[in-house]
Amino acid sequence: MSLPAGPGGSPADGAAVRRPAPPRRRNEWRAALVPTVISLASVVIVFGVLGWWISSAEQWPRVKLQFFNPEAMAAAFPRVLQGFWISMRIWLTALVCIALWALVLALVRSLRAPWFTPFRLMVVVYIDIFRGIPVLLLVLLFGFGIPALNMPGLPNSGLFWGTVAMVLSYSAYVAEIYRSGIDAVHEGQRAAAKSLGLSEWQTMIHAILPQAIRNVLPALMNIVVALQKDVALLSVIGVRDAVREAQIYTATTFNYSSLVVAAGLFLLATIPMARLADHVSRKDRERRLQRAG
Amino acid sequence: MTPRIEIDAVTKYFGDRLVLDGVSLSVAAHEVVCLIGASGSGKSTLLRCINRLVEFDHGAIRLDGVPIDDKRFGATGLQRRIGIVFQSYNLFPHMRVIDNVTLAPRKVHGVPRAEAEDRARQLLGLFGMGDHATSYPEQLSGGQQQRVAIVRSLVSKPDVLLLDEVTAALDPELIGEVLQIIRGLKDEGMTMVIVTHEMGFARDCADRVCFLEGGRILEQGPPRTLLSRPENPRTRRFLQRIIDAGRL
Repeated sequence: MSLPAGPGGSPADGAAVRRPAPPRRRNEWRAALVPTVISLASVVIVFGVLGWWISSAEQWPRVKLQFFNPEAMAAAFPRVLQGFWISMRIWLTALVCIALWALVLALVRSLRAPWFTPFRLMVVVYIDIFRGIPVLLLVLLFGFGIPALNMPGLPNSGLFWGTVAMVLSYSAYVAEIYRSGIDAVHEGQRAAAKSLGLSEWQTMIHAILPQAIRNVLPALMNIVVALQKDVALLSVIGVRDAVREAQIYTATTFNYSSLVVAAGLFLLATIPMARLADHVSRKDRERRLQRAG
Repeated sequence: MTPRIEIDAVTKYFGDRLVLDGVSLSVAAHEVVCLIGASGSGKSTLLRCINRLVEFDHGAIRLDGVPIDDKRFGATGLQRRIGIVFQSYNLFPHMRVIDNVTLAPRKVHGVPRAEAEDRARQLLGLFGMGDHATSYPEQLSGGQQQRVAIVRSLVSKPDVLLLDEVTAALDPELIGEVLQIIRGLKDEGMTMVIVTHEMGFARDCADRVCFLEGGRILEQGPPRTLLSRPENPRTRRFLQRIIDAGRL
């Protein structure tokens, strides 16, 4: 809408010019208040109706006792917290391994030297395989299968091999994210680096990769949050994480409140991460806008 | 005397498309040669063949008589002796000005950081960018970025400078400051091959102008002759379009 406003120009423009200055102070105050009141009222109504609807169910008192029993929650809390601590340790370990292994995969796939071709091919096959198999299946196969081999010299714990399965699977995705970031770096950057005499490897390390990672930081943050919850999958192979501990409590007391405790703990960890991820992508958007403008 | 650059019947295909059709051109030391022509005429490709950003298919290019793919240049010798400046500056946006300028000396040519930074600051000062050593490229105007890019290409003391439409991305009021720098380099005796659309600049600054079309040099000569009394009807037609657009 950048047409020059001629004599018959858009009426909105003309009106904006002629309209006298409005009494601003009162309007601003009202402009801020009205949306707040509306959103508050809307929140109260929607959640009120939902709450009423759920608690009006015939079985609600029983479910409440089964899932939201404060005593059961308190009793289950120490064990679930212990399990949750293990979950978070797995998360951090896997995070570091994924970040590094995926980077190796992405680099091998992005290097253009001809003698790299067989390695590039291997990475393509790897990514196809590990993106194509559900993580849950990989965890089961690795967690039960490899310890059963009883190979000398290899660790035998389900925890170890389950984590390996997570790392291998997630790395396939993260490698593709890295690669999209590498591909998005403008060709001129490569030309500049090459014309300065940098080798392909130096070009990657000094010129391309720092920009690539910055490009995909928001996408990487989402993976971090997703992984934080997905470590719960290791409970299926008997790793005593938060979910497993909650299930053990449930199995002995026939009360499900421990699961709600586990859910609450996960929320405590993931919500700040999600906010951080939002923050990072907002910063990224601002940076792009600034550069475009 | 051996020409500084000798381009000998260079042919280049992009896929099936012939972009350079047996181009030959000699550039003497301290000579400034401008390549003009419509987009797609092959002038940028020719420029990029000289420092091996683009590998050509047939022919030869020699620097002081030595083929540019000769082992004597090693992995980085050619790049040290031939600098290039691009249309869109191509500075590394995540590095400060000083790091952009010293990257090649430090990482490629093994110059200690302190020494590389001394020389970089000296050159930046010479080009009016002394106060911006610790700025990031996006904090600078287009003209300032292009000056940094020129410093980056000069810091390793090249014998030849290639300029690829270095003013084409600049706002009109910023073109002058960059052209002024290039005139200065000419006065110091730098050998330059310049792809440009600035015909006025070519007329004032070039020792020789080459008109390219269809991957061939159709006509070349001193700027006053070629730009005012071209012999080839196609050169005439191209220049007429430039004049019609008010650019000459």
